[in-house]
Amino acid sequence: MADKEVKLMKGNEVIAHAAVRCGCDGYFGYPITPQSEVMETLMELEPWKTTGMVVLQAESEVSSINMVYGGAATGKKVMTSSSSPGVSLMSEGLSYIAASELPCLIVNCQRGGPGLGTIQPSQGDYFQACKGGGHGDYHLIVLAPASVQEMHDFVGLGFDLAFKYRNPAMILADGAIGQMMEKVVLAPQQPRRTKEELLAQCGEWATTGKGERTTQNICTSLELQSELMEKINERMQAKYREIEEKEARWEEIECDDADYIIVAFGSSARICSATVEMARKEGLKVGLLRPITLYPFPTKPLAALAERGVKGFLSVELNAGQMVEDVRLAVEGKAPVKHYGRMGGMMFNPQDVLDELKAKLVK
Amino acid sequence: MKETIIIAGFGGQGVLSMGKILAYSGVMQDFEVTWMPSYGPEMRGGTANVTVVLSDSRISSPIASEFDSAIILNQQSLDKFESKVKPGGILIYDTNGITHAPTRTDINVYTIDAAAECARLGNAKMFNTMILGGYLKVKPVVKMENVMEGLKKSLPERAWKLLPQNEEAIRHGGEIIKKIR
Repeated sequence: MADKEVKLMKGNEVIAHAAVRCGCDGYFGYPITPQSEVMETLMELEPWKTTGMVVLQAESEVSSINMVYGGAATGKKVMTSSSSPGVSLMSEGLSYIAASELPCLIVNCQRGGPGLGTIQPSQGDYFQACKGGGHGDYHLIVLAPASVQEMHDFVGLGFDLAFKYRNPAMILADGAIGQMMEKVVLAPQQPRRTKEELLAQCGEWATTGKGERTTQNICTSLELQSELMEKINERMQAKYREIEEKEARWEEIECDDADYIIVAFGSSARICSATVEMARKEGLKVGLLRPITLYPFPTKPLAALAERGVKGFLSVELNAGQMVEDVRLAVEGKAPVKHYGRMGGMMFNPQDVLDELKAKLVK
Repeated sequence: MKETIIIAGFGGQGVLSMGKILAYSGVMQDFEVTWMPSYGPEMRGGTANVTVVLSDSRISSPIASEFDSAIILNQQSLDKFESKVKPGGILIYDTNGITHAPTRTDINVYTIDAAAECARLGNAKMFNTMILGGYLKVKPVVKMENVMEGLKKSLPERAWKLLPQNEEAIRHGGEIIKKIR
């Protein structure tokens, strides 16, 4: 174990370390609580002196997402981070990046909304992250970390998926995961890609200079001929079907014999895993299905549990009921699906969830 | 072994740092740890609190319904967390500024007059490590050598010259803590 670097860190700090270590080329951001430690840590790490990674504070979130757009168009590994109101400002840019089919990573450390709201944890941006945010038929690949270690691991995973599918990926965290400290094992430092490696990976589409090519690469989301724009949409939709088929990730805790299933992601899932322990002590067969990818949503395992005869599902979220719609679509009416949530930055504890589960599902 | 602790008081009393020292000490002892702070407006002059969980196995929730131990440094926090201590658990509080003492009889209650002791010694900076020393005397969840390593880890290098003073404060905290029931 001597070669492993075990550290005690905040989720936000870990995002910065993981970015440098996975060979990220550039970070563009604007401070907002509860995620300001991301850029703060990057500034302390000064990666421009070691790996050559650029860290830049833009004048606004609109600016930072468009810097990401520009960087991504050149095939660079670029990212930004923000919290809910800041991500709303980025929505136009996200739609453009998705439509231009460019890879990048966005971290949303959610806070309570709507509007400026509060700075405490929330999961109120599920719809925004998974169902759009920006305009048009596009999807982000959305990863939901439930630990500081996953905050670390999903930076690398997010970039891998983004480049694999030429699509923006988002880490949908929240104030609790961003602000809490846990043990984390940091990955070894990877070098940034060389120019040759970048060309080998992205040469077919990135605007790297015409060089030996006979045609120019152009990154744009504009296509005024509707016939061609429909073809572009069809190609993107085919990509989304492939992502849905291949990339759904989830964790099942005590689901095998469960009569009742809690569905929860991120910090809520951590709280609910304690609820499962408490319920089992009382002899109540409760399991937890934790979506790790929110898009693509793990529909199949939920459908299988419904098929097996689970008596009820409780979607537990720090919002007014957003993911519960995807749970209902997966369960297809085979069992009751209820929602329990807190809003505005308030959190439930494991006992609250158990009480709600009993009141809403256990007859 | 699993110990869930809430530390609560005013912002500026060293509540979050005390939690950090404890969390780092847990890391040194090879425990799993979580450190979940209140953050934002609460830190800026209002009440601040942190939940620390130390465990020899994977920690499910970093947020708890009830606590094994509560370390309480002001009245508001006492009002909020007295009822959240598990029966048979531990409540430690500094009597400074407390007008309504805890009333529960199904928990172990301790007082530590660290604020007064720091005033007497003329060194307010050792307040939180003195309280931590009191807690560790009552509940030695981590070995003293690991506490000292954790303290070192949680301090920037420029503050390492204060390590002997802090060690003394931790030891002294263990001497002045009193069980009242």
